Amino acid sequence: MARNQGAELDRKKLMADPIMVTTIAVLIAFLTLFILYPLAILMVDSVVGDRGPTLDIFRRVLAMPAFDKAIANTLRVGFLVGILASLIGLLFAYVEEYVQLKTRFMDGLFKVVSMLPVVSPPFVLSLSVIMLFGKSGIITRFLLGIYDNNVYGFWGIALVQTLTFFPVCYMMFRGLLKNIDPSLEEAARDMGASRWKVFTSVTFPLILPGLGNAFLVTFIESIADFANPMLIGGSYDTLATSIYLQITGAYDKQGAAAMAVVLLFITLVMFVVQKYVLEAKSTATLTGKASRARMLITDASVRIPLTILCAALAIFVVMMYVCVPFGALFRTWGYDFTLTTKWFKQVFTMHHGLEAFRDSFVLSLVASPITALLSMIISYLVVKRSFRAKGFIEAVSMLAMAVPGTVLGVGYIRGFSGGIFHTGVLQGLYGTGAILVIVFIVRSLPTGTRSGISALRQIDKSIEESAYDMGANSLQVFMTVTLPLIKDSFLSGLVTAFVRSITAISAIILLVTPQFLLITVQINEFAEKGAYGVACAFATILIIITYGAVLLMNLAIKRFGTSAKLTTEVEG
Amino acid sequence: MSKEKKGVRLEHISKIYQDPKTGKDFYAVHDANISIEPGEFVTLLGPSGCGKTTILRMIAGFESPDEGEVYLGNEAINELTPNKRDTAMVFQSYALLPHYNIFDNVAYGLKLRKMDKATIREKVINILGLVGLEGMEDRMTNQLSGGQQQRVALARALVLEPGVLLFDEPLSNLDAKLRVDMRTEIRRIQHNAGITAIYVTHDQSEAMALSDKIIVMKKGLVDQIGDPQTIYYHPVDEFVADFIGESNFLRGTVLERDGKGGVIEVNGERITVSDTNGRNVHDAATLVLRPESVHVEDKGVMRCKVTLSRFMGHYQNYHVLCGDQLVKITEFNPKNKKIYEAGDEAYVNFSAGDVHVL
Repeated sequence: MARNQGAELDRKKLMADPIMVTTIAVLIAFLTLFILYPLAILMVDSVVGDRGPTLDIFRRVLAMPAFDKAIANTLRVGFLVGILASLIGLLFAYVEEYVQLKTRFMDGLFKVVSMLPVVSPPFVLSLSVIMLFGKSGIITRFLLGIYDNNVYGFWGIALVQTLTFFPVCYMMFRGLLKNIDPSLEEAARDMGASRWKVFTSVTFPLILPGLGNAFLVTFIESIADFANPMLIGGSYDTLATSIYLQITGAYDKQGAAAMAVVLLFITLVMFVVQKYVLEAKSTATLTGKASRARMLITDASVRIPLTILCAALAIFVVMMYVCVPFGALFRTWGYDFTLTTKWFKQVFTMHHGLEAFRDSFVLSLVASPITALLSMIISYLVVKRSFRAKGFIEAVSMLAMAVPGTVLGVGYIRGFSGGIFHTGVLQGLYGTGAILVIVFIVRSLPTGTRSGISALRQIDKSIEESAYDMGANSLQVFMTVTLPLIKDSFLSGLVTAFVRSITAISAIILLVTPQFLLITVQINEFAEKGAYGVACAFATILIIITYGAVLLMNLAIKRFGTSAKLTTEVEG
Repeated sequence: MSKEKKGVRLEHISKIYQDPKTGKDFYAVHDANISIEPGEFVTLLGPSGCGKTTILRMIAGFESPDEGEVYLGNEAINELTPNKRDTAMVFQSYALLPHYNIFDNVAYGLKLRKMDKATIREKVINILGLVGLEGMEDRMTNQLSGGQQQRVALARALVLEPGVLLFDEPLSNLDAKLRVDMRTEIRRIQHNAGITAIYVTHDQSEAMALSDKIIVMKKGLVDQIGDPQTIYYHPVDEFVADFIGESNFLRGTVLERDGKGGVIEVNGERITVSDTNGRNVHDAATLVLRPESVHVEDKGVMRCKVTLSRFMGHYQNYHVLCGDQLVKITEFNPKNKKIYEAGDEAYVNFSAGDVHVL
């Protein structure tokens, strides 16, 4: 049996479509140049010394006691945060899906918690933990009278990362629990199992792969996190911060490259296990759609303690965010609580606040439509078309998800500061706004692509086929059918990309040149110096911008979104 | 109304797929040779997985044949993309564009052909009238019933005046009664338009009601091609006989030949048939008997024992055993006929011309 002719015809049909061919070629070039190449150059640089191939660089790096310690530190934090964040996330999801909440207040709290990871800039939580529990922290010093509490280090990082990442786990578990057919649990109840027994013998085994999945996702996020360990780690270095210091402190770019390879290796292994073993399993165990709504638990002995626990945690998190604007309004945090606008004024008068916001805003604004469009195109190609290079495009855009920002940053330094392969080609790119925009795009592309893919999977393949059949070419199909149908996903991709870009720091901090002032870099700088008032003022404005963007998006989806349009017209 | 009706020819068409479970390649369609005349209504009929939809999708251009060539009119179209082919397809799920209203759905293909607005308007209104949807052009697709959506899908394809109209099980999502109405409608519109139509279905009564020609498929192979009468009365094998309508199979051996006809021995009894279908003396032969052509009577061709007798309203349903062979019988209008009960000894009776020999 020879399938040559069919494949050959498919290829010819593809080639007869210049728009598709160009799009695919441009995509492959982009992904290769800005994702694969920087990672490849790291590998090359870390094994090629002045006199040919060598393992000396690795040997040197691994012989540094500080680096070995950083590896151990990173893994310890990641492990603990992975477990804690998954468990808290599971608790929240379980309470939401299984327990009768009733009150508006609780609904609101849960909604806020689910929105936080979207709008929250990095290290906001670190900032507030320092202000609440630090040496001059409100809680430690004023409520408890502890004057020398040390929040810096392992526990500080673990606390902040757990609070930052558990909402993501909560969202994952919510999806999983929703898909469990309630009749499974009812059957177990009916056969005489207690509620606890139902949980341990039915619900828990069903979500076990999902739990592993959530653990690994958080683990990867934790070890890739740069901003929090930077701020609250103190002398407790993790891989991400060590790499940064190796470049900015020790000016050892080659050593940093080798370190980055180590970090990349760890995240990639985790990512492969997560993506190809656990993700498949966690969805495979839950096939059937829930046949009808679940009977919620109204039992007070279950409801009250779980609700209180969740409410306390949620309020605690919300309080940490609220702490930031107050930090910007008090004269001296921890000593002088008179209100002042001094810090906000300083942001704009002394610290080039306007420039910082302008630069961050403009660069993110340029990056987000490109990201959103690219991710929709990639999802369209992955879900709806079949061609040879599809596997490559899908794999590389998902790979970007597993690459820590710091690693990418080092890769860009090594890969572009001296031009492509140190030949000077494209050297002009380095240090420009363009490379910052590209980093923004690469960093947000996987999230956008993932949401685009899941949106497109919902759409019957024959709708696009019918347009194609009526004479539309691939560009016309994409513009008149695909894009309008995933408008919601496109809009939210647009805003997510914007928010992620304007709050990005890990890769950017390595690449930004003095001509660009970015908000996140400013916040980091002032927080490092202990100038919490200014840092909080910057962060407050940033939160307002990101929150505003999300509000705008929700409004736009309500106004122009596909689902809104279809329902109103049915009523009208 | 069609610009030009076109015939379709498939020459040695094969399509190979990979079994997702075993990873082995298999023929979804194997060496199909089909010729469809301009203006003809042809159905591809077969159980699911027989390759009928794959053939349709190869004509539309969504799949590429691994062997052979597809011709539309006199043009070889293997290398053409779906948007360049003079075909229009009506999808099983209707595949209406949910963000457009009815007018824009029907006008979609015309707009792509860069027609002027007035012409488009006229054509759309015309065609909507033809399918019985006049005045509905401003509705959104989700405001229509299944049957109406089906009509939009049909109008959308018809308005393009394609050389060939393709139907992929278009009625399978409708309820039974509507299905019967719609198929009459489809046949009427196709007939008036004089357009070539290829229709995929697994429903044999739909195929009977619609087709000039039926192509029966089995496991990727074209089993039989013929008009409905030929397929029903002269099936080429037991698969066709069983898939189209119901059949009883009686095993026997040819005893005598007499011109075309002859005598076949079944269960030790001699049965005269008017056509042995080329079987010679001593050959094994299978008698194909339609349940409605067999009767239970006091005298007849073969002794039998009634094992089941059931009143079904417009017919009496019998199961009888002739020797060890089961025969199912449909006795229409049983009101004034003798009714046999389970356990009764009787005869099955049928005429020599009603037997088809395989």
